[in-house]
Amino acid sequence: MNILEVNDLSKVFNLHILNEKKIEALKQINFAMKEGEIIGLTGKSGSGKSSLMKCIYRTYLASSGEIIYASRAGAIDMATADDHQVIDLRKSEITYCSQFLSVIPRVSAVDVVCENLFRIEKDKEQARETAKGMLEMLGLPTDLWDAFPVTFSGGEQQRINVARAIIARPRFLLIDEPTASLDAKTKDVVIDLISDLKKNGTSVLCISHDEYTLDRLVDRRLHLHLGEINDAAVVEAN
Amino acid sequence: MTWKEDNWLLRVRNLTKIYGDPGENTLALTGPAFNTNQCPDTDSIVACADISFDLYPGEVLGIVGESGSGKSTVVKMLYFDLEKTGGAAWLKPYNDGCINILEESNQRKRYIRNNLMGMVYQNPRDGLNFGFSSGGNIAEKLIMAGNMHVGNIRGRAYDLLEKTEVPVQRMDDRPGTFSGGMQQRVQISKAIANNPPLLFLDEVTTGLDVSVQARVLDLIRELQNMLGIAMIVVSHDLSVIRMLTDRTIVMKNGRIVESGLTDQILQDPQHAYSQLLVSSLL
Amino acid sequence: MVENIKFSNKYNFAFIDESTKKEIRRKLLKAVAIPGHQVPYSSPEMPISRGWGTGGLHITLALIGRSDVFKIIDQGSDASVNACNLREFVNAMTGCETTFDTSKATLVQTRHRITEEELNENQIIVFQVPLPEPLRMVERYEYKTLQMHAEADYSKMWVSLYEAYVRYGAIMQGSGYPVMVNGRYIMSPSPIPRWDTPNLHQAKTLFLFGAGREKRLYAVPPYTDVEPLEFEDVNFEIEDFSKSACYKTGFKKAFLDELYADDGSQKYVISDSNFLDKIDSEEETHQYTNKYIDQLEAYDVERG
Repeated sequence: MNILEVNDLSKVFNLHILNEKKIEALKQINFAMKEGEIIGLTGKSGSGKSSLMKCIYRTYLASSGEIIYASRAGAIDMATADDHQVIDLRKSEITYCSQFLSVIPRVSAVDVVCENLFRIEKDKEQARETAKGMLEMLGLPTDLWDAFPVTFSGGEQQRINVARAIIARPRFLLIDEPTASLDAKTKDVVIDLISDLKKNGTSVLCISHDEYTLDRLVDRRLHLHLGEINDAAVVEAN
Repeated sequence: MTWKEDNWLLRVRNLTKIYGDPGENTLALTGPAFNTNQCPDTDSIVACADISFDLYPGEVLGIVGESGSGKSTVVKMLYFDLEKTGGAAWLKPYNDGCINILEESNQRKRYIRNNLMGMVYQNPRDGLNFGFSSGGNIAEKLIMAGNMHVGNIRGRAYDLLEKTEVPVQRMDDRPGTFSGGMQQRVQISKAIANNPPLLFLDEVTTGLDVSVQARVLDLIRELQNMLGIAMIVVSHDLSVIRMLTDRTIVMKNGRIVESGLTDQILQDPQHAYSQLLVSSLL
Repeated sequence: MVENIKFSNKYNFAFIDESTKKEIRRKLLKAVAIPGHQVPYSSPEMPISRGWGTGGLHITLALIGRSDVFKIIDQGSDASVNACNLREFVNAMTGCETTFDTSKATLVQTRHRITEEELNENQIIVFQVPLPEPLRMVERYEYKTLQMHAEADYSKMWVSLYEAYVRYGAIMQGSGYPVMVNGRYIMSPSPIPRWDTPNLHQAKTLFLFGAGREKRLYAVPPYTDVEPLEFEDVNFEIEDFSKSACYKTGFKKAFLDELYADDGSQKYVISDSNFLDKIDSEEETHQYTNKYIDQLEAYDVERG
């Protein structure tokens, strides 16, 4: 079963305040993704990887085309679905993990990680324990657990970011550069954690530049070039 | 819990407020396309027009726009502070959403205000009676909802002030002796006193120091997490909107120019005005 | 027309002309029909200043007939200056018999008290009211108080009682304690002591209230519910005189006035002068009873 089908997706940014300048970010994107699959999204910066991911998550509005997501309740076109339906899916099935941590200020690291878990785990202390376990695996120093992540280093923020994305075991995960700015050991931990999710049925769309991560993690790759999928570069991994 | 279309909490359709006598073309000649709220024929002012949206239980909706865009007018009409010119609104917990609340009698409106809504104003003097103690202000809401036991009233006021981090030993002091941030906290306590399903927040942090502002926003977010109360947050400040809301309506010259998920509005604004607004975000 | 020695001109019976009396009577009918509701009226000029009992006088003069027996008290006393002057005026303008004896009067005008003796179905008592609007202390705008009454929105009043309790540990309203009339309107019973307030409830008598300066009339018809505002756990109480007694008669179960002698010593005397005389001369009296007085008595017995 396909969890995601993207048909003829295009995205054009129309910048009204810059003399109606138009930027074509995505052109006629077509691909399908099987449930439980991990797809690596590759390409140079500016090739449209993040735009594609944001269109799927609805942070960007698609200019044309369909993004059919097979939710538990039925197929939904993420390009045109009602806002409330998207909010509901984001709370229950789809998690997006951006490259940079953007969190609500003045919330402790543990609570940032727990945010999605609090929705399903009513026992807050239990949720915090789970979060601490994950932070320990990712090697975040214990004295940072109660601190505010805004002040953390890039690598530390990255761990928080990954932990909060995967802790609630989403059905569909969109993750942008999960292993950048991490040391080799932590990189392996992250790869193992995501692979674990896959075993539980999670489908993952993952942007990465890191060959090691791609080799170990993804089932296949999609290569984007200037907003188009470059079929020649679609490589079956392993 | 999956989303169902008819599960809305508040439904608003074509809400309109016009000051002065509108002419035939008043609505056609005002709005963002003409960059004015004033009708060139009749000089009447269109504060807002054709505002429609649905709010779902527990949802936080932002209304953003510059001053004069009509964003406060919308919530003030929904809270019955202002008489509507046109349009309708239905509230699910009131007669199962079958009655246009804007057409109800003053007494019914007061019932709705006291039991099903809360409002936090920018100016604490609009929401609090400075002649009464802070506990008395909360008592007013509780009494209006039929609580006539002083012991229970004080117990509830104590809990609310504690929850909103107002020093409880100051419960019997008048809000005039409090700092601005604390006055807002008392206002929030009063607004949520009867556990309403819906809360309006009108520029609640405008005019507060940055650090005080941060604590009030934290409090609102915590209450939202804790109580799952649906909110309409009116602000000209996109950082407030970003921090609190799921969905945002952008208003200009009394009209909705764009609505969408908050992250979409902030990262992929469609309308020229929204793009300008987002590009001005620090 | 009434001729009298004091004024050389002839006046209409009871001073006020008949058409104005008619207007006042009509407004009184409306007031009786809507218990506790304030009715605006003409408040014509009188030969005394507004604020000196004109409202009460208007009602008295609009109602009084040749066979009426008139009594007037000021804070319980038949002999105060205000009472004496108004009595003389009513007598001069009507030729009606006047009395000090509460049980003999058919029409009683009063300032700030209800008689200690219970009035019956055949008597009417008229109050001189300085401030008819009970909500004035919580809302200064007239248009807002009108709206509050119209919509029975009395939350501000209740909050002010809550505030009084929080500040003083009791609802300290000394006189003019606000009451709920017939379950609908909050009314100021004029500045009568709390002692008198329960006597308005389900009374046999028609109570009429006139505020001349404020141009308002209102009424409590016989056998109407009149309940002092109270919370479930903070109750209305009347003044407790069980620790003191009238220095002349030793009587305790009446509203007592505090007197201070030149040496600063304090003593009490029955406020109602006619009642005092009757107790003093051991005449038969028929006093009001209510649950608050009963409670105080029971408490007194308990204390020994």
